[in-house]
Amino acid sequence: MANVTMRVWRGDGDGGEFESFTLEQNEGEVVLDLIHRIQATEAPDLACRWNCKAGKCGSCSAEINGKPRLMCMTRMDSLPEGPVTVTPMKAFPIIRDLVTDVSFNYVQAAKVPAFLPPPMPEGGYRMFQEDVERGQEFRKCIECFLCQDVCHVIRDHEDNKPHYAGPRFFIRYAELEMHPLDQNDRRDLIREEMGLGYCNITKCCTEVCPEHIKITDNAIIPLKERIVDAHYDPVAWLGRKIRRKPKTSATDAVVQPAP
Amino acid sequence: MTALESATKVQLGGVRGGPDETTLRQDRWWIQPVVTVSILTAFVIYSTWAAFQNKYYYVGANVHRDLVSPFYSPCLARSCVAGSKIGFALGWWTWSPALIILIVPLGFRLTCYYYRRSYYRAFWWSPPSCAVADAHGSYSGETRFPLIMQNAHRYFFFLGLILNVLLSYDAIRAFRQPGLGWGVTVGTVVLVTNATLLWLYSLSCHSCRHLCGGQVRSFREHPLRYRFWKFVTPLNAKHMNFAWASLIFVALTDVYVRLVASGALTDYKIF
Repeated sequence: MANVTMRVWRGDGDGGEFESFTLEQNEGEVVLDLIHRIQATEAPDLACRWNCKAGKCGSCSAEINGKPRLMCMTRMDSLPEGPVTVTPMKAFPIIRDLVTDVSFNYVQAAKVPAFLPPPMPEGGYRMFQEDVERGQEFRKCIECFLCQDVCHVIRDHEDNKPHYAGPRFFIRYAELEMHPLDQNDRRDLIREEMGLGYCNITKCCTEVCPEHIKITDNAIIPLKERIVDAHYDPVAWLGRKIRRKPKTSATDAVVQPAP
Repeated sequence: MTALESATKVQLGGVRGGPDETTLRQDRWWIQPVVTVSILTAFVIYSTWAAFQNKYYYVGANVHRDLVSPFYSPCLARSCVAGSKIGFALGWWTWSPALIILIVPLGFRLTCYYYRRSYYRAFWWSPPSCAVADAHGSYSGETRFPLIMQNAHRYFFFLGLILNVLLSYDAIRAFRQPGLGWGVTVGTVVLVTNATLLWLYSLSCHSCRHLCGGQVRSFREHPLRYRFWKFVTPLNAKHMNFAWASLIFVALTDVYVRLVASGALTDYKIF
């Protein structure tokens, strides 16, 4: 058992400052344990989101010593000696203390054109294992929004938010684009309205993902390559002309499938 | 405004939490950009110097060897030394022959997804590291000229494959010892290693992975492309390693050939 100093950001939309708490740290504890101890002892009004404490609900996202991480999955003994700094996610507006308004992400989620399967064939839909496996990785996302938080496109440039979906939604787009039954073509939408071109593949989203999803390599870059197919590859353009395959526009992707 | 329009309108503004500082990271995040800048700058300085030298790039029959530097292969100018030519020459080219072909590896690496990550971080500080503030006030990413040209990566990949075939041919030629027969020298090992690393770098490329099978919606309907994709996917996971190894080794190969060609070093025969 040892004592540790926690520097926790306290404040709201009117401003804030660090408040230091020195408290006991037990073996095997995670940052969220210490935050709970602060709530239980010195600051019962300290606001933080949490739910499962098992790294599966994505609620306790924060920045620990400046790095976006889940508080419940960050062991205290993995941090260097000295005061531990805990701040709210920087990319989103603060509500209070460690709680931020992540509604930007729900707005982007509502923009994703839905899965659009073909009419049900006789015997039902069939999907094979190799195609199932491809999208499986993306379904591990717990929507902690750490990837959105660390992405400098919106973290450092608020003005990009209206035209940039962010890494969490690029994996959703990739999952749908790689689905063998999906009929929607979202490539123009991803390029023109979701701002994939803003991503400069610095891979920070992959670095912070608690589910270890290879966001950049398996979702963003494959989407970028698909957009090259559709817009920047003259050979692919010629192929489309020869096969008389019409090119879609950004508004062609169906937002909600017909009932 | 419809319900969907109102649900999909981004509200800007709001006060961010935390102090207004560049970063709160306490680890040595700056090491990676410093290492990247050091290696890439050293490579650019050396390769520029080597490309303009226009000498000591071929070790020929006079010392019973057939070694050509990867910076000068294929040697396409009329001024190329005897033995290093490939049977085709651009008569009008008067500068160093290295300048003709170096545009291909330069373009391939400059547009490579891994190098983009590295130099955007290290040179452009956009951002210098994760959760460290971007050094620029505004940002448009790769949506405008000139960075929109990064989308030409797959064409440099195709040209790079042609270059790899020619460098593999050079590596096979390095087994030849004019006047003595065939054998293996240190130079042979160097050229074979160089060609192998360049193949691994090319085959692990993200564009290669996409073109092999990544672009299909259903693997089930494209079993052959699925096999290609399955083959290159593990290589793709090591793309960073191959990028650095091949970059450093191609420079070392040029250094080796240059030293042997200038007489400063003897190319020892292994067997």
